[in-house]
Amino acid sequence: MSHSSEMIRVNAVTKTFVMHLRDGARLPVVAGVSFNVGRGECAVLGGPSGTGKSSILKMIYGNYRADAGRIEINGPDGWRDIARASPRAVLSLRTSTIGYVSQFLRVIPRIGAIDIVAASARETGLDEPAARVRAITLLELLNVPERLWNLPPATFSGGEQQRINIARGFAAERPILLLDEPTASLDAANRAAVVSLIEARKKAGAAVLGIFHDEDVRDRVADRVIDVQKFAPEASTP
Amino acid sequence: MSALDDRPLLVAEGLTKHYGQHIGCADVSLDIHEGEVVAVVGESGSGKSTLLGLLSTQLLPSAGSVRYLMRDGEERELLSLSEAERRFLLRTDWGFVHQDARLGLRMGVSAGGNVGERLMAVGWRHYGRIRAEAEHWLDRVEIARSRIDDRPDTFSGGMRQRLQIAKNMVTRPRLIFMDEPTGGLDVSVQARLLDLIRGFVSDYGLAAVIVTHDLAVARLLSHRIVVMRHGRVIETGLTDQVLDDPREPYTQLLVASILQA
Repeated sequence: MSHSSEMIRVNAVTKTFVMHLRDGARLPVVAGVSFNVGRGECAVLGGPSGTGKSSILKMIYGNYRADAGRIEINGPDGWRDIARASPRAVLSLRTSTIGYVSQFLRVIPRIGAIDIVAASARETGLDEPAARVRAITLLELLNVPERLWNLPPATFSGGEQQRINIARGFAAERPILLLDEPTASLDAANRAAVVSLIEARKKAGAAVLGIFHDEDVRDRVADRVIDVQKFAPEASTP
Repeated sequence: MSALDDRPLLVAEGLTKHYGQHIGCADVSLDIHEGEVVAVVGESGSGKSTLLGLLSTQLLPSAGSVRYLMRDGEERELLSLSEAERRFLLRTDWGFVHQDARLGLRMGVSAGGNVGERLMAVGWRHYGRIRAEAEHWLDRVEIARSRIDDRPDTFSGGMRQRLQIAKNMVTRPRLIFMDEPTGGLDVSVQARLLDLIRGFVSDYGLAAVIVTHDLAVARLLSHRIVVMRHGRVIETGLTDQVLDDPREPYTQLLVASILQA
């Protein structure tokens, strides 16, 4: 890892969706996205819905492709541009460096909640007993009833699924954490639990980049807000 | 990881197959690393099974090459191997799971015999040990030991596929080719088989090339995806990237055609 205090450097990133099933309609999402995120800070992407905040997170995770620009990640072998990295390099950065809590839980079917969370903890090197302890700690902190632990989350409520998703995301402790509205469907007690988890990751030196529509949560975790509206593409893009 | 360890297991370059005037597969290049699962998707006739046949040397290419990193660390051009060397590779370091179990199993030979055959090919001679090993692998694929002397033509479709997997796994292959392994099975049977494959891939660090027309299977099992159409690779990349942000018109059509359960 480079000793730079920065962990993410986004430079002049552009994204347009081209919808071939709609006669090649072009849907410009963002243009000229540039910002950095450093260790131990929480930066928040701000702006109304539909301004491309989730797309920016997905590009940093390598889930969406960037059309132009650089997305550099401070990984174990130094800086890597994830927008140009090979699939294996992206997977390796996800294992070593970048954690991501998506908006919706997407998991392998037929696997119990606790196993999903423990498997995530194992990805960063915990052995099986330690991973289970970590999973239990997180499920308890997020008030997931014990009777659900061994069940696959497919039948859980939206809020329960989201808490499994958060537990999974925080089970593996990586130097970068991307959060896409982790508190959207949570009650006050669970929002507070998520805030404490984010603060712990910051204290441990992680670079956190998130989207929070909940102003209360945002005010408590954000060190600064990046206004995504300044990255709006020209309305006249051909 | 040293540069040496990072060599791909298999490297295909410019693979092309003509069937007379018809193109089966055109100019396909592909690397597969140890432990990496690659899904080849596309509709019927897109050339995915031809590609699988070429990679596994069951078909001869009209042009192109396939190199493989042998267990001794030497990289060999597969077309230059002798027939005996190629057969040995297929029976030991590789596995092949067919959609039609009759191509992968000997239907007139007992389940235990099917599994034992591959052990005998690598020099096992002791009957008791072969039978014990066969029983172990039947357990692993959830086939009752009491069925060891039954012939696969008395098995259900799902059991036949699991027996094919046991037969392949017994020699601890490093690379396994699968052609629509869940095709034609009931969904509940399919789910169980997919769980089994996923477990083996992660427990044994298997590399796999899986041909499927089912994008959900590709998402569940693969790291990388290769989209084929008219014999050509039209799009390739990280599985979640290609499925969540498809770029080519045909890939967008495939993704848009998935039924949401």
